[in-house]
Amino acid sequence: MLKIEDLTLEAEGNFKILDDINLNLDKKKLYVITGPNGSGKSSLAKTIMGMYTPTSGRIYFEGQDITDLSITQRANLNIGYAFQQPPRFKGITVEELLKLSLGKNGAEELDLCELLLDVGLCAQDYLKRQVDGSLSGGELKRIELATVLARQLKLAIFDEPEAGIDLWSFQRLAETFETIHYKYDTSIVIISHQERILNLADEVIVMREGQISELTTKENFLSKLENDADCRCRQSCEKGALYDEVECYR
Amino acid sequence: MMKLNVIDKQILEQVADLHSVPQGAYNIRRDGEALDRHTTANINIVPKSDKPGIDIFVKPNTKGESVHIPVILSKTGMDDMVYNTFHIGEGSDVYIVAGCGIHNPGSQKSQHDGIHEFHVGKGARIKYVEKHYGQGRGTGDRILNPTTYIEVEEGGVAELEMVQIRGVDYTKRDTEVKLHKDAKLIVTERLLTDQKQKAHSIIDVELIGEDSSAQIISRSVAKDDSKQVFNLNLIGLNRCRGHIQCDSIIMDNAHVSSIPEITAKHSDAQLVHEAAIGKIASEQLLKLETLGFTEKEAEKIILKGFLK
Repeated sequence: MLKIEDLTLEAEGNFKILDDINLNLDKKKLYVITGPNGSGKSSLAKTIMGMYTPTSGRIYFEGQDITDLSITQRANLNIGYAFQQPPRFKGITVEELLKLSLGKNGAEELDLCELLLDVGLCAQDYLKRQVDGSLSGGELKRIELATVLARQLKLAIFDEPEAGIDLWSFQRLAETFETIHYKYDTSIVIISHQERILNLADEVIVMREGQISELTTKENFLSKLENDADCRCRQSCEKGALYDEVECYR
Repeated sequence: MMKLNVIDKQILEQVADLHSVPQGAYNIRRDGEALDRHTTANINIVPKSDKPGIDIFVKPNTKGESVHIPVILSKTGMDDMVYNTFHIGEGSDVYIVAGCGIHNPGSQKSQHDGIHEFHVGKGARIKYVEKHYGQGRGTGDRILNPTTYIEVEEGGVAELEMVQIRGVDYTKRDTEVKLHKDAKLIVTERLLTDQKQKAHSIIDVELIGEDSSAQIISRSVAKDDSKQVFNLNLIGLNRCRGHIQCDSIIMDNAHVSSIPEITAKHSDAQLVHEAAIGKIASEQLLKLETLGFTEKEAEKIILKGFLK
């Protein structure tokens, strides 16, 4: 469904942010991209969405070469991207933003209340609120997720969706990923460090220094974590509740 | 019964959201003359004898009524000056719409200077909406210079909505407000300029009475080669609260000066000003593009929301 060929993205001074990425993503699968900060995860996602222009290489979506398409054109092919740090919009309400997200093509009317519930927000409280500085970072993040869930996408990319989401809605969020996955046949790519998100993955893509260092199953990846006896922090981690505060790359 | 032509109707719709003759009291002025007038049992409108304009008398405790006093300029070369005085009786609650639209078909300037005075009685409340708009293919300038004086007595509330969306080449808006004990002022100003238009907005508020409060929210968009200047000024003379929020989006080659000023002459005065000027954040455009909108469409959505 998505095929990435020899993709390289260089910054000034020929520094390779993405270094010769080759990847084949199948329909209806859920992929989690993980790896240390600065390994190129977000850059890869933004290059797929068209926000960054690659230095070389091609991207194909359902057989079509989309390398030279704009963000808008890719969006209209039903590719979506949830921002890690979503922007605020003064004067635009949550309801208006969600309606804009439903799309110009008259997408099937979704229940906005249901949509907000999926991200752990009460529609009664939020539909009329403005998407401005009055929302906390966590609230903004959930609304961002809702704008992507509102679209019936073929490919949805979520850039660290769990930041700012508490435990309760996290469970709901996981269910929602699974729902859109099955209901709309959406292929999902999630950038995350979270073990709980990794647990949802059909396949785990591990990135390091701009390259894909490993393409594996969650079982393999997670068992490596389990068996990592060298980690001096593991005991503290296992005491729990630290997952949200500490990023584990091991 | 008045006759409205197509241009009159277009302008009334833009400045007063009117599709026909309004309900309640009204006075419609066209090209320097009163076109039609209607009074109610509680609201009287009387022409001034010494100068052009009207006195509007709202009886005490009049609630839920409205007054429309739109002005239409439809000829080129007009220079219309009008003095309107509102006497709002104690305990009343009224909605006042006073827009002005200029249709300038020729090469001479058309100008309207409206001088509005409001005396808001004890415990009374007004919502005052003033929309300014210009149209017409002529090359003559469309100029609107409103001056507004407002005095709010004890416990009164004045809520002002001042909007200039397009087509006005030059505007200088002068607003002076005096607030007595427990009086409250809420101002929302929205301004868009493009091409070579110039706009200057001055708002001076004196918080005279104990526990008076003022909130001014100004939002503007400056496009093309247009210029905007804002002088928003709060003076606290008693225990009071005041907040100025001035926010501008700048585009193309426009210039914007935002000059908020706060002065406290009492140690219990709490005054805050915030002013920001910046272009549309690129992240906002990107976000809307990822929802399938083009950059132009995204820009439109952002500006529409910002000025709403």
